Amino acid sequence: MNSFLNVFEKHSWEEVKASIYSKTEADVRIALNKKKRDLEDFKALISPSAAPFLEEMAKLSRELTLKRFGNTIQMFVPMYLSNECQNICTYCGFSLDNPMRRTTLSEKQIDKEIEVIKSYGYDHILLVTGEANKTVGVDYFEKAIKQIRPHFANISMEVQPLDQDEYEKLLPLGIHGVLVYQETYHEENYKFHHPKGKKSNFEYRLDTPDRLGRAGVHKIGLGVLIGLEDWRTDSFFNALHLDYLEKTYWKTKYSVSFPRLRPYAGKEPKVDMSDRELVQLICAYRIFNEELELTISTRESEKFRNNIIKLGITTVSAGSKTDPGGYASNTDALEQFEISDERTPQEVASMIKNLGYEVVWKDWDQAYEVVSDK
Amino acid sequence: MKPLVIAGKTFNSRLFTGTGKFSSGQLMQDALLASGSELVTVALKRIDLKNQEDEILPYLNHSQFNLLPNTSGVRNAKEAIFAAQLAREALETNWLKLEIHPDPKYLLPDPIETLKAAEELVKQGFIVLPYINADPVLCKRLEEVGTAAVMPLGSPIGSNSGLQTKAMLEIIIEQSKVPVVIDAGIGAPSHAAEALEMGADAVLINTAMAVSADPVKISIAFKMAVEAGRMAFEAKMGKSGKEAVASSPLTAFLDEL
Repeated sequence: MNSFLNVFEKHSWEEVKASIYSKTEADVRIALNKKKRDLEDFKALISPSAAPFLEEMAKLSRELTLKRFGNTIQMFVPMYLSNECQNICTYCGFSLDNPMRRTTLSEKQIDKEIEVIKSYGYDHILLVTGEANKTVGVDYFEKAIKQIRPHFANISMEVQPLDQDEYEKLLPLGIHGVLVYQETYHEENYKFHHPKGKKSNFEYRLDTPDRLGRAGVHKIGLGVLIGLEDWRTDSFFNALHLDYLEKTYWKTKYSVSFPRLRPYAGKEPKVDMSDRELVQLICAYRIFNEELELTISTRESEKFRNNIIKLGITTVSAGSKTDPGGYASNTDALEQFEISDERTPQEVASMIKNLGYEVVWKDWDQAYEVVSDK
Repeated sequence: MKPLVIAGKTFNSRLFTGTGKFSSGQLMQDALLASGSELVTVALKRIDLKNQEDEILPYLNHSQFNLLPNTSGVRNAKEAIFAAQLAREALETNWLKLEIHPDPKYLLPDPIETLKAAEELVKQGFIVLPYINADPVLCKRLEEVGTAAVMPLGSPIGSNSGLQTKAMLEIIIEQSKVPVVIDAGIGAPSHAAEALEMGADAVLINTAMAVSADPVKISIAFKMAVEAGRMAFEAKMGKSGKEAVASSPLTAFLDEL
């Protein structure tokens, strides 16, 4: 059976890191002038040597994005269904050891959230939870999806990793995409960041996109949490994962996000990545992979988002609430992390229009899920 | 210029167009009107049938345009047939651009699923225009199951790289009994002119118009290029050759006999 674990085993963190940091300006020039870039080129593009080429990278990234995606930006919004969680993650507001009131939305509460989210104009939604398999497991998801489905053209999930047969059960109910971030590919340090709960199993998490691919999902979202380990090395592993998945599950589409750690539950994480470096990373992904969806969330500031839209991003969230029930009522105390860009969806949409883009609310139809087979 | 007839319908413009990637609905409408295009394809997945303020449809509500719904997003024949039925019901047309691309990276069409779906959709009364690779045998197979045209690609969709499949397109045009519409990859008016000069019946353009800095102007350029190419085809061009034709070195001896 195919598994990324076999590819992953062949790469050592330290060797990859050394290789990225030894890339030269000449390597960057080669990468920029090629027609198709490989993983070595990606290393060069994310290396410190690429810093002087940022303007050139941004220009190329913009051109490639326009060619593939045109003058459009896709809108989506998360709906947090639950903040119950049995994992301890050192950086997350939902962590088990964080004394927070826990809640899982009832049918009635979900209806209220749907009403508010729909009033903003959204048609693409991302369902988010922590990991509480007993109360928020497949049965809960099944019910929630059936309830939500008639209201949205496109539904994705960002929940705990599931088994293949569980995905096979949920996907036909109308799930288009599943996001699962590895957080970090540094196997030893992963254990420090995730000391307790099912999430502490590094390999099960790493194997999740394979299970999704085998289950025939339309889209898989990947990412690392920036602020845990060296972002360049982690991003290389993420690109390696993407490259493997694209070749193995060729009918599936892929997206990548760049979550930088945000303050949560009163704590200030130290994030070792500047705005310039985040732009470099986004452009590097685009130059490496012209067809990849690149997402930017409300974790980033208003000013940063206003400017990054033109440089390679294809998908944007706005007006997000990271607490379950947060759209219908103010429950900030329950949130996963503090968002940074607090504008309403309409404000963000007009900003995007003013930049000369069409704001796309709907680019899928539930009709396509009805008869889907693997 | 001879008008083009597909499934009994006459088109004065041989330029078909797409509706994706424009920066606004208004700009899309302006560009499509300027192009003179009479057949406009629209993705079912982009249309919001529940919402009166749909982002695309109001801009296509014009007597110049006939809608050609497409099945972009489906991965197999089963999904395509379902989407086609939905499109027919929603847009009240039995015209269909059948596109099945299970590969979301290069959006290359699946020949096996396309043939299967085309056969079934024709039986169900659809006017099927299938988007396919430039494969002459597949085109004949599609013609045999009753498609109204064939739409082979010039190069990968959105690539703007022109007629990279030219050798195969020439065979398709030579053999086809149904109109041949070259779809995908046409990035410049010169590519469109070349397609029509070769004898293609029409071209379908989207990306090259939508992502131009001046979509209206380039749409007019495409309109002129398509007309020029077609006129040249009808006028029959002189044969091109690399060398000048010398006096008759091989048969000159006959004069000396």
